[in-house]
Amino acid sequence: MDVIVGPLFTGLSTGSILLLAALGLSLTFGQMGVINMAHGEFIMAGTYTAYLTQQLVGDAGVSLLIALPFGFAVGGAMGLILEALLIRHLYHRPLDTLLATFGVGLILQQVARDIFGAPAVNVTVPEALRGGVDILGTTVPKTRLFIMALAVVAVVAVTLVLRFTPAGRRIRAVVGNRDLAETAGISSRRVDAGTFFIGSGLAGVAGVALTLIGSTSPTTGQSYLVDAFLVVVAGGLGRIKGAVVAAVALGALQAVFETYSTASLAKVGVFVVIVVFLQLRPQGLFTLRTRSLA
Amino acid sequence: MSKFLQSRLGTWSGFAAAALVLFGLAPLVLSGFRLGLFAQFICYAIVAVGIGLAWGRGGMLTLGQGVFFGMGAYLMAMHLKMADAEFRGGPGSVPDFMELAGIRELPAYWAPFASPVFTVAAILILPTAVAVLLGLAVFKRRVKGAYFAILSQALAGAFAILLIGQQSLGGFNGLSYFRYFFGFTINDPVNQRMLYFITAAALLGVVAVALQLRRSRYGELLVAVRDAEERVRFLGYDAANVKVVAYAVAALFASIAGALFVPVVGIISPASVGIVPSIMFILGVAIGGRATLVGPVVGALAVAWAQTALSEQFPSAWTYAQGLLFVLVIALLPGGIASIPALAKRLKKTRTASTPAEATA
Repeated sequence: MDVIVGPLFTGLSTGSILLLAALGLSLTFGQMGVINMAHGEFIMAGTYTAYLTQQLVGDAGVSLLIALPFGFAVGGAMGLILEALLIRHLYHRPLDTLLATFGVGLILQQVARDIFGAPAVNVTVPEALRGGVDILGTTVPKTRLFIMALAVVAVVAVTLVLRFTPAGRRIRAVVGNRDLAETAGISSRRVDAGTFFIGSGLAGVAGVALTLIGSTSPTTGQSYLVDAFLVVVAGGLGRIKGAVVAAVALGALQAVFETYSTASLAKVGVFVVIVVFLQLRPQGLFTLRTRSLA
Repeated sequence: MSKFLQSRLGTWSGFAAAALVLFGLAPLVLSGFRLGLFAQFICYAIVAVGIGLAWGRGGMLTLGQGVFFGMGAYLMAMHLKMADAEFRGGPGSVPDFMELAGIRELPAYWAPFASPVFTVAAILILPTAVAVLLGLAVFKRRVKGAYFAILSQALAGAFAILLIGQQSLGGFNGLSYFRYFFGFTINDPVNQRMLYFITAAALLGVVAVALQLRRSRYGELLVAVRDAEERVRFLGYDAANVKVVAYAVAALFASIAGALFVPVVGIISPASVGIVPSIMFILGVAIGGRATLVGPVVGALAVAWAQTALSEQFPSAWTYAQGLLFVLVIALLPGGIASIPALAKRLKKTRTASTPAEATA
């Protein structure tokens, strides 16, 4: 029993971390075809938001609850600024956006390094989340359960917003067909800014949550970014459903590989699986059906 | 001026001037230490020529050149380590770092690297073969643009992690401390100068190959694929093959650069092949002018020089400068420095054109 449940939970947990990091990307990358390399730094901003809140508030539990919405605001605000100043002007050059935002990421990392120093800072895990819970014979750390729950909440929230709110409807319209949406009177520019706010805000939330299990340092975000991109690529552009399935699948795959070999070989294994998978479905798991040639 | 540069005479005089600077002026002006640094910069420039071909001409943003650079470097380093071990303890003895790590027996995959011929062949063939396989897998399925960029980046990440995990390749510390280069002692200043000359010659050779590719029918096809892949496909060409060739050539260049980097610099570690160094290769290419022949070389040399000059004294300021350069060059000057004359000309033209219009108004 242990043999199955152990990796399963590790997989689900790794998957939910990936999902938190990738959910915002899936929105921004999916909608605008924009590759925001600074997304990792937005995650990093979230981790430092959690750190600062804890320094100010003191109590770890209360500060976590405050930091979650606050992290969303910080990440979102950074996203809005980046979109307005840079990304908006590079819409038709997706590859250039990638490189330019990488530059932004470098700068943000250095800002963090200059303010907080290069070594990792310590964020205390709240009392209530310490220790583990026995589930089907394996001990699962409470922090991981919390992150899984948070991932579920985030996915449900994003899905609800996209499906049932006017803003979500406009976002879906622009994703589906930008020109047609504009003809219908939707200001795609404002929708883009809004999407970017939500996507980047989710990065901030992810950052806050990641302080529970990882270290908080200027390069924190970078370590999650590439995996998050792979999730989006494997899941298919602009599909929340795809991101969810891909994140869990990649997390599980990583866990399975890790039990049979080393963590480093597992990374390579996951990469190979993705390349092979793209042979079968070059557009990812779920695709938006469009008539475009690209 | 530009017409002259495109003529045959212009090409030859360009190469002659470059050779004069590289083989005549630089060794005269630069001290031994600085010449070594320059050789290191030239290694980056060789990678940049390949990126210029794949990205500038072919539109493939390869964020994973560190992989091929690293392959060349590690293959060369393995041979140098084997040679060291042989000098110290006779054939079949274990390289020094393995002894320290407690590895008593030579791993099987190390054994063939005792042969210099095998090593050179591996440096030329292995990365190219990997690039061809990967390119076929990716491009045949029309995975392109951002998808390709991200995949290539993930490859660099996976490669670095793989290397860190390999104790028999030095793990996190990589391979360093080489004494002999194909029988010559590396520390000897004369041999260092020889290494520089080899590196400089490699740069000229790589540029010549790139130039030939650009001027051939293939070069035109490559640009066509970059600008209108579908149209090229409708004309009956296989766009994937065109891309694979450019990608493989870029990989080969990077591998050669890596192989030269090892004796020149004396160390190779996962830190110089991962995601960040791979993307840093791009910076010089973007600054110099990605679609030009000489631009990537000049850009790479300039960035490497600036890095060495500034990063030690002002590490923080240099990182800001790097980030800003990325943002500004990519956003405002996508053609790089090479596009400034054309931009200035266009600006001048619009200004002279608008003056009479203002006069009539």
